[in-house]
Amino acid sequence: MPDPSPPGPPERPLLEVSDLRTHFPIRRGAWGRVRGHVRAVDGVSLRIGRGETLGLVGESGCGKSTLGRSVLRLVEPTSGSVKLDGVELTALGPRALRPLRRRMQMVFQDPYGSLNPRMSVGEIVGEPFAIHRVASGEERRRRVLRLLDQMGLGPEMYHRAPHELSGGQRQRIGIARAIALDPELIVADEPISALDVSIQAQIVNLLSDLQKERGLSYLFIAHDLKIVEYLSTRVAVMYLGKIVESAPAEALYRSPKHPYTQALLSAVPVPDPERKRTRILLGGELPSPSAPPPGCPFHPRCPHAFDRCRAEVPPLYDLGGGHASACFLNEPEAVRP
Amino acid sequence: MAEAATAGALLEIRDLQVELHTARGVLRAVDGVSLQVPRGKTLGIVGESGCGKSLTALSVLRLLRAPPARVAHGQVLFEGRDLLSLPEPELRRIRGNRIAMVFQEPMSSLNPVYTAGAQIAEAVRAHRPVDRAAARARAVEMLRLVGIPAPEERADSYPHQLSGGMRQRVMIAMALCCDPELLIADEPTTALDVTVQAQILELLRGLQRSRQMSMALITHDLGVVAETCDEVAVMYAGRVVERAPVGDIFRRPAHPYTAGLLRSIPRLEGERERLWAIPGAVPALGAWPSGCRFRDRCDRATEICARVDPPLEPRREGQLAACHHPVEAPASA
Repeated sequence: MPDPSPPGPPERPLLEVSDLRTHFPIRRGAWGRVRGHVRAVDGVSLRIGRGETLGLVGESGCGKSTLGRSVLRLVEPTSGSVKLDGVELTALGPRALRPLRRRMQMVFQDPYGSLNPRMSVGEIVGEPFAIHRVASGEERRRRVLRLLDQMGLGPEMYHRAPHELSGGQRQRIGIARAIALDPELIVADEPISALDVSIQAQIVNLLSDLQKERGLSYLFIAHDLKIVEYLSTRVAVMYLGKIVESAPAEALYRSPKHPYTQALLSAVPVPDPERKRTRILLGGELPSPSAPPPGCPFHPRCPHAFDRCRAEVPPLYDLGGGHASACFLNEPEAVRP
Repeated sequence: MAEAATAGALLEIRDLQVELHTARGVLRAVDGVSLQVPRGKTLGIVGESGCGKSLTALSVLRLLRAPPARVAHGQVLFEGRDLLSLPEPELRRIRGNRIAMVFQEPMSSLNPVYTAGAQIAEAVRAHRPVDRAAARARAVEMLRLVGIPAPEERADSYPHQLSGGMRQRVMIAMALCCDPELLIADEPTTALDVTVQAQILELLRGLQRSRQMSMALITHDLGVVAETCDEVAVMYAGRVVERAPVGDIFRRPAHPYTAGLLRSIPRLEGERERLWAIPGAVPALGAWPSGCRFRDRCDRATEICARVDPPLEPRREGQLAACHHPVEAPASA
């Protein structure tokens, strides 16, 4: 059964993910027998409307990158549904998937590792036109130059190689390639975390300009909570493969409901030496997603955990106003036995 | 020149120059850096990639990889003695003992074939005349101090059996096992998640207070600076461009680069305006412009900035900036 209240707009979302699971087998021994599974994504539902940004936050190993890749089918989900504009993607074969790939693209964290070092900028940005047989020759060149211009890059970049570019320029190339075929959805996985502080703001502005001009939808995956708040319409917080809280950005940051979200937000260092704050320090560390604890995945680190948390998995409770939290403390009165 | 304010300094770097010998020739990656770490306080060294902050830190304990790096000029005074000209055996008595260092990547800084406990014990025995059992006991004590649960068992773990946060705690335990007077921490929490970062920073702050330790914290995160440091040095393109107490850096930055970094942090109160962004890119090593190295990204630059390299000079009480057109302090403070 799909979740009662996945984050996102209720009607006609561009992207609708329901109860998605991506488990990786752990193989051991000479015969490679499967000894268990890493439950990287473990029953996630979400929606993204047109022109919207869903921010996805969580710590390393929480499954946020795997979720992003599963949505684009860069990794195969184990079960569940991913619909782009109403079309179910998980059932499609490679040939049927191809026209849909144009409509959803990815921007990666490492703008160096994701660009082929043997290709020129012109070839990299022009590649989508070639693969999808959209434009060739002079037409392709013209469109690449126009994209570079939109990225704030001059025509002299056309013949450069990736190693000749700065980190910020490389990320602009990665974005140009992603938007070349006018996609509707961009999955951006930590697109600014490898960049210098003074360059991050430039890329954030570029992403937000492109969204305004083209009505793009973003699944913006990041661990920088400040940037996520700035860019996102809604934010979903992931922990051990599950979404534990989701809400409109302002509501999530102003009144986080889930103890994990509260701890996460309180841990962010604030660039104001005069502001003294009380910090919720979590004990312990993220458990392994191959052996998640029983009950609520957060209970071993939760300052409020009680008996029920160790036995039952809390569902994502709808708190109204698009706010949902998977914590027994947030259980609406009416539901309580 | 500005040598008056050295009274309370435990460590003082004077006019440090570090050269990199590369295929493209000799590049001066650190170019005349002067810094002080006050006794019992934390100095934050802030800057972006390639600004020379890590090379500066490595120079202190003569840990630069040579070649390609070489200290070409300058002094590193620790209690008045120049570490750069100290004979190696004498330096070895200071390194890891009175001055310790923590690096960003704990995995590559730990030896994979020894247990965490053995590595800390070895560090203890390098500087203290204690037997194996006592060194081992000290290792367990340090692991407990840095908040590792079940330290007796964890002491027998190999680095690969520990998480990133645990490994960084082990590194800190090792750095602190000889009660150093100065800890140099180079991006100690950059590779860690925010909740673990909060734990490690809390730990460092607590240890510093209880032990009256001095600290040099190298970071690019202004939030970490605001919450951890007393004094701040901002570096850009091999130079220190601003030095001030932490409150002044955030309240009334004098250098346009410092001001620009602060302005580019998203303000979440009120309207979501477009972010302020410093234009251009961080210049590559050796491709620094003439005069002021920040001038081609600076909205205050004039003709003099291209001609004359601005020296680091006092601008306001306790605040130094290397700029011809420093940012005015706000009228009301």
